[in-house]
Amino acid sequence: MVKYVIKRLLLGVLILFCVSFIIYMLLRMMPGDYVTRTFTANPNSELTEERIAQLMEIYGLSDTPVVGYFKWLFGSAETGSHGAILFDFGTSFVYGDEVTSVIADHMWISFALTLFSLILYFPLAVFLGIRAAVKQYGAFDYATTVLTMIGISFPTFFFSAIVVRVFAFGLGWFDTSLGLQSSGLINPTWWELFIDQAWHLVLPIFVVVVLSIGSVMRYTRTNMLEVLNADYIRTARAKGLSENAVVYKHAFKNTMIPMVTVLAGILPGLFGGSMILEDFFGIPGIGKIAYDAMNAGDIPFVMGYNVFIAFLTVISMLLTDIMYVVVDPRVKITK
Amino acid sequence: MSDNLMEENIGGTASEDVIASQMSDENIKEEEVSTQISEPLDPNALLEVRNLKKYFPAKKDFFGRTISYLKAVDDLSFKIEKGTTLGIVGESGCGKTTLGRTILRLQTATGGEIYFDGKDINKLKTAEMNALRPQMQIIFQDPYSSLSPRMPVGDIIGEAVAQHKLVPKSQLKEYVLEVMKSCGLPYHYYERYPHEFSGGQRQRICIATALALQPRFVVCDEPVSALDVSIQAQIINLLKDMQEKMGLTYIFISHDLSVVEHISNKVGVMYLGSLVEYASTVDIFDNPMHPYTEALFSAVPIPDPDRHSNRIILSGDIPSPINAPKGCKFHTRCNHCMDICKEVAPKFKDYGNGHMVACHLYPQD
Repeated sequence: MVKYVIKRLLLGVLILFCVSFIIYMLLRMMPGDYVTRTFTANPNSELTEERIAQLMEIYGLSDTPVVGYFKWLFGSAETGSHGAILFDFGTSFVYGDEVTSVIADHMWISFALTLFSLILYFPLAVFLGIRAAVKQYGAFDYATTVLTMIGISFPTFFFSAIVVRVFAFGLGWFDTSLGLQSSGLINPTWWELFIDQAWHLVLPIFVVVVLSIGSVMRYTRTNMLEVLNADYIRTARAKGLSENAVVYKHAFKNTMIPMVTVLAGILPGLFGGSMILEDFFGIPGIGKIAYDAMNAGDIPFVMGYNVFIAFLTVISMLLTDIMYVVVDPRVKITK
Repeated sequence: MSDNLMEENIGGTASEDVIASQMSDENIKEEEVSTQISEPLDPNALLEVRNLKKYFPAKKDFFGRTISYLKAVDDLSFKIEKGTTLGIVGESGCGKTTLGRTILRLQTATGGEIYFDGKDINKLKTAEMNALRPQMQIIFQDPYSSLSPRMPVGDIIGEAVAQHKLVPKSQLKEYVLEVMKSCGLPYHYYERYPHEFSGGQRQRICIATALALQPRFVVCDEPVSALDVSIQAQIINLLKDMQEKMGLTYIFISHDLSVVEHISNKVGVMYLGSLVEYASTVDIFDNPMHPYTEALFSAVPIPDPDRHSNRIILSGDIPSPINAPKGCKFHTRCNHCMDICKEVAPKFKDYGNGHMVACHLYPQD
C-alpha cells in the first residue's frame, strides 16, 4: 500500500511537469502578452520601442517559450526566483504579490462557497437519485428528471442573471451591488460582517446547487438502477427484508462504490473556484482572480493557479483509489 | 371456523377469480376449470398451485397497450406433499425459473392461485407476504451474483433472521454460526466477504441464508448447474441431509435429469410453460408416456459402455413462447404427430397411479 502510494505520487510529479509545460506553451502562444495589453493597448501610451523592449525583458517575455519555461521551473538569477520546483511561483504581474500568497488569500472564500453548495446539493441529489430509481418511470422519476435536466442545461451566466433579476432586482431580497459586502456597512463588528457576507453568498450558492444537482442525481439514479436489477437484490427480497432495508442497506451500499469517483472529482473544484460564477457575482474568490489574471496575460499567476489545480486533481485521483479499497471489500491494492 | 368450512370458502372465491381471468382469454374452458377448482384443498399438500399463469408483455402498440404476451407459465396446476421433493425438468426457456419465482411471489402471477398452507399467497398484502417469506425460501442458480458483495457472510445469513426476530438478538451470532456449521461452513468464514469463496462455498452460503430462516418450503432453482460436477454431489447431499433434518419440502428445478432422479419424489416435465407429464420419479423414469419426456430422457447419458441408448433426436428448436403453436404445443417437434394434435390441445389426465400426461396418444375420455 505504501509502495503503491509512493509510486502514484512519483507519477503525479511527472504529470505535473507535463501539464505545466503544456500550459506554459499555450499561454505564450496566446495573442497579446501582458506588456502589450497593459501598456501599449492604451491609445494614449507614449512608450518608445526601447521602453517596450525593456518591459518585455523585465517580465521575462523576451525569452523563447522553452527558455521561459525552464526559467519558470528552475528560477533565474535576474528575477531572483527559486523556480517552481522549489514552490516559488514568482510574483504575479497583475497583483504584484507572491503567487502563492495571492492564491492563499482568495482560496478560502471560493472554498466556503463550493463547500456549502456541496453540503446542500450532494446529499439531496443522491436522495433524489435513489427515489427516482426506486420508482423508475413513475411520476416522481419524470418530474425530477425534467427539473434536474433544466438545471444541467442552463449556462451559469444565464441562470445567474435570471436569479439576480428575480431575487435581487425584482423581489429586493438581496443586495444588487456586486461583491461580498454591502457598501453601507461602516465599522461593522465581525458578526455583522459575517452575516453580511453570508447574505451575499446565498444567491451564488443557490445557483451552484441548481446547476450541479442534476449530474449527481442522474449518476446516482443510473447506478442505483443497475444495482436494483442485480441478483442479490432479488435474494434480499426473497429473504423477506423490508423495502427500506433492500433499498438503503443492500442497493445503496453497492451504489456508493461508483459514487466515490464523483465525490473525488469534486475536490479540485472545491479549491479551484468557479470563474464565471465568481466573476458574475463579483466575489473575490480564486476563480475571479484567475479569470482576471488570464485576461491580463499574467503568466506567473495562471501557471501557479493551474499547477495548483493539477496538483489537486492528481491527489484526488489517488484518494479515489484509496477510497475504493475502503468502500469495496473486493478491491485490494497489491502493487 | 372448521377446516372444512375454510377450505370451501377459499375454493369458492378462487373459482370466481379464475373465471374472471379466463373471460379475457380466447379459449374458455370455464366448466372444466370451475369443477376442477371447487375441489377442496388437499390437507397433505403444503403447496398447491392451481391454474397458475405468468405472462410477460411482449409487444406493445403505439399507445403502449400490450398486444401480445410471452406466456412463460401457462395454466399450471400441481401440488406438493409435505416433506417431499418435486423435480421440475425441461429445456432452457420453458418457464421453469419463472415458475419458481412466481410461486414465491418474487414476480406477480398473471392469474391462478398459489396455496401455501391453505393461504392463497397472491391475495396477501406486501407486509403479510414479507412475514411469510421466511417459511418459503429460494436458492438461486448463480451463487456468484446472488450474494451482496459488500456484506460479510455472517451478516448475509443473520440479517433476515434478525429482521424476522427468529432468535433473540443476544443469540444471533451463535445461531448463525450453528447454521453455518450445519451447512459445512467453518466458523471463521463469519467475517469474510463473498468474493473470497469458491462457487461451491458460495452456494453453501446461499443455502445457509435460506435455511437460517427455518423455512418449511424451499425452491431450489437449478442450485447446482453453475457448479463443478464434483461439487454438485456435495451440494445435493447437503440439500438432502437438511431435508431430512428439518422436514423440508422442495421444488427442485433443473435440466439435469440424473440429479432430479436422485433427489425427487415426483417429477413434472415442462414444455413451453405447461406441464406435459407429472408422475412419481420411479414411474416417470421407468415408463415415460409423453413423447417429449421420452426424448428428454433418452438424452441422459448412461454410464455403461455396453449399453446403447436409443437416442430420440427432436427436430427443430423450441418454438417461441410468444406465439405458441396451436393445439398441442409440442406437435411441431413430435415424432408421433397426428392431425388432431395440430388443432386440439390434449387434456392433462390421470392415467392411473397419479401419472398425469397431456397427449393425444392416450385416450382423452
